[in-house]
Amino acid sequence: MFRKTVLSACLATLTLAGGAFAAGEGGHVTDYDFSFEGPFGSYDQAQLQRGLQVYTQVCSGCHGLEYVPLRSLGYEGGVGLSDEEVRAYAEQNFEVYDEEADEYRPATPTDHFPAVTSVGAPDLSLMAKARAGFHGPYGTGLNQFFKGMGGAEYIASLLTGYTGEQMEQAGTILYENEAFPGGYISMAPPLYGEDVEYAEGQPTPTLEQEAKDVAAFLMWTAEPKMMARKQAGFVGVVFLSLLAVLLYLTNKRIWAPIKKRKTS
Amino acid sequence: MAGIPHDHYEPKTGGEKWLHSRLPILGILYDTIMIPTPKNLNWMWIWGIVLTFTLVLQIVTGITLVMHYTPDVDLAFGSIEHIMRDVNGGWALRYIHMNGASLFFVAVYFHIFRGLYYGSYKAPREVTWIIGILIYLLMMGTAFMGYVLPWGQMSFWGATVITGLFGAIPGIGEGLQTWLLGGPAVGNYTLTRFFSLHYLMPFIIAGLVIVHIWAFHTTGNNNPSGVEVRRTSKADAAKDTVPFWPYYVMKDLFALAVILAVFFAIVGFMPNYLGHPDNYIEANPLATPEHIVPEWYFLPFYAILRAFTSEVWAVQFVSFITAGIIDAKFFGVLAMFGAIAVMALAPWLDTSSVRSGRYRPMFKWWFALLVVDFMVLMWVGAQSTEFPYDWISLIASTYWFVYFLVILPLLGVIEKPLPRPDTIEAEYDAHHGPTGGEAQKPNLSPAE
Repeated sequence: MFRKTVLSACLATLTLAGGAFAAGEGGHVTDYDFSFEGPFGSYDQAQLQRGLQVYTQVCSGCHGLEYVPLRSLGYEGGVGLSDEEVRAYAEQNFEVYDEEADEYRPATPTDHFPAVTSVGAPDLSLMAKARAGFHGPYGTGLNQFFKGMGGAEYIASLLTGYTGEQMEQAGTILYENEAFPGGYISMAPPLYGEDVEYAEGQPTPTLEQEAKDVAAFLMWTAEPKMMARKQAGFVGVVFLSLLAVLLYLTNKRIWAPIKKRKTS
Repeated sequence: MAGIPHDHYEPKTGGEKWLHSRLPILGILYDTIMIPTPKNLNWMWIWGIVLTFTLVLQIVTGITLVMHYTPDVDLAFGSIEHIMRDVNGGWALRYIHMNGASLFFVAVYFHIFRGLYYGSYKAPREVTWIIGILIYLLMMGTAFMGYVLPWGQMSFWGATVITGLFGAIPGIGEGLQTWLLGGPAVGNYTLTRFFSLHYLMPFIIAGLVIVHIWAFHTTGNNNPSGVEVRRTSKADAAKDTVPFWPYYVMKDLFALAVILAVFFAIVGFMPNYLGHPDNYIEANPLATPEHIVPEWYFLPFYAILRAFTSEVWAVQFVSFITAGIIDAKFFGVLAMFGAIAVMALAPWLDTSSVRSGRYRPMFKWWFALLVVDFMVLMWVGAQSTEFPYDWISLIASTYWFVYFLVILPLLGVIEKPLPRPDTIEAEYDAHHGPTGGEAQKPNLSPAE
C-alpha cells in the first residue's frame, strides 16, 4: 500500500515534470482541431496542399524552409504530389545557386527549399516543433497531453491573433498579437483572408482557414515522418503488449511450484 | 569469493572440459546466470535489468546515429535533420535514443530510491552502492554531453550554464572551465570533445556495471525483508533462494516488456513531450533563450543549485567566515554536488542496524517525505526563481540534506524497529498464506 502510493506519486510527477517548462508569460493559444492529433490522427493531404500554396504564395517571400528537401513533397503520408508535380513546383517557384555552374538555375526535386535570410525572418522548417505555446496550463504540459495542443495550434493562433494595434519602438513597427509571447511582434500581419485562391471544391480561404492550412503544412515540414512514426508506435505497443501477456503467463507458471512450496 | 553456497558449473562434454581447463568462461557465465537470488524480491527489483537493457539500447542506437551525425557547429544541427528525414529509420533511431535517456533516468531513480528504502546500501553492500553512485554520475555526464550534440539552443545554453558552474570554483575555476570547453566559450572545440566523450563514457559505464554486478553477486542481493540469505549450508540457502534463471529472468523480462510498451507509446505518439522545444532552434550564441531549463532528470539537482542565493543567511554566513571565497554561486555548486555526495555516504550516515524500511516505523515516513521532496525539487527546478518558488526550493533543498545528515543518523538511535523475520523463508511463507497443506490463494505477483 505504502509502496503503491509512492509509485503512483512518482509517475504523476513524471507526467507533470515532462511539460514543466517555461511557465509564465506566453500568449493565448486556441485549441484548433487538426487531423493529425492523437495516436491515430493523420495528415489531411488536401489541407497540406492548401498549406503549401499559402506558404509558396505568401510566407516564402520572407521565410525559408532550408531543411526540407523539395523531393519530400512527393512522399506518401505527406503532401503527396506526383513526381511531375514536384518537378514543376520546384522549377516554377524557386531558383537556387548552382556552385558548379556559378549561376542561378531553377530548382529541381533534389534541392532543398531555399533558405531565406534577407529580412531576418526565422526559418520555418522546424517551427511547429520549436514553439512552446503548448506547455500550459501553468507549465504542466497537460494541454499537450490531453488536448494534443502543439506548435501547429500556436502558428494558427499567431496568424489569426493580430488585433490591428501597432506601436513604434526604436524605429521598428511592432504589431500587437494575442498569441505572441510579450504581445508585440515585428512581423506585419501576413494573412487577411482571400490571400490565395484555393482550387475548386476546397474550402473558402478565410483567414482562419488559411492559417490552419499553413500551420498543418508547417507541422508536416517539421515532422514529415509522423505517419510512419505513429504506425510503428502502434505496432510496437501491440506486439510488446502481446509479448508481455505471454511472459506474464510463463512467469506465473514458472513460479507456481515455488509459491506452493511448504515448509517442512 | 565464497558467496551463497550453490551448485557450481561442472564441465561435462570433452569440449567443455577442454575449454574449462584453459578459460573458465562458461563457469563464470553459468554461476552468474544461476546465482541464488532471494525468492521474496518484489517488483522494485526489476530496474537493474531495465537499466542494463537501456544501456545496450543506447549504445546500439548511438553507434548507428554516429554513422550519420557530423560534429561541427555549422553542420551538426543539419545532420540531425538529415537523420530525421533522409536516413532509413533515422527518425526512429533518434527518437529512441533521445527518449532512451529519459527511460534510463526513470529507471535509475526507481533503482536508487529502492536502494534507499530497503537499505541496500548498508553493510556489506557499500561498495555496490558507491559504484552505483559513480555510474549515476557518469550517466549524468553522458546525458549532458549528449544533449549538446544536436546543437540546438538548449544544447548551447545548457552547456554554457553547466560548464559555468565549474568556473565558480575559486582560484582554479576559470582555468578548469576553459579546459573543459577547450576554449574561452562554448564552440566547435567544445562540440567535438563532448562528442568524443559522449561516445567513450557509455563503455566506462558498461565496465562499472560489470563491477557493480560482481560486487552484489559477492554479497548476494538485498531483499525486501533485509534479512540475509542463510549461508550455513547449501540446503539452508536453497530454502531462501531460487536460481536467477529462469525465475527472475522471466519475471524481469515480463516487467521489461510492460515498460517497453509504455516507452514505445511515448516514442511513437509523443516523442518530443519530454524534450524542450527550443532545441529545435539551431544554436545561436547571440540570442539567449528566455528560460534555460535542463532536461527533466537534472531538475532536482538544478533546483538545489539555484536554491542557495546570496539572500540566504547560511550563504552569507559561509561567505563571511571564508572571507568571500565561497560566494553564493560556489555555494550553490557545492550544494549540488554535496546533494549527491551525501547520498553516496548513506551507508555511514545511516546508524540503524535494521536494513529494510519495512520494519522501521519512523524511517518509513521520513523516507516518504524524501520521495515527495525529490518530486517537489523536480517541479520547482523548472519554475522561475521568484517568490514563492525561491522559498519552496530552499525548503526542499534543505530537507534533502537534513534527511541524510540529521534524520538518518538520529533515527538509528531513537527509533524502535518492528520485529523482523528470522529467515527469508519464514517471511516468504508468511506472505504466501499458511503453510502445511492448505490451498494457496491465487496471488498474481510472485513476490508481494
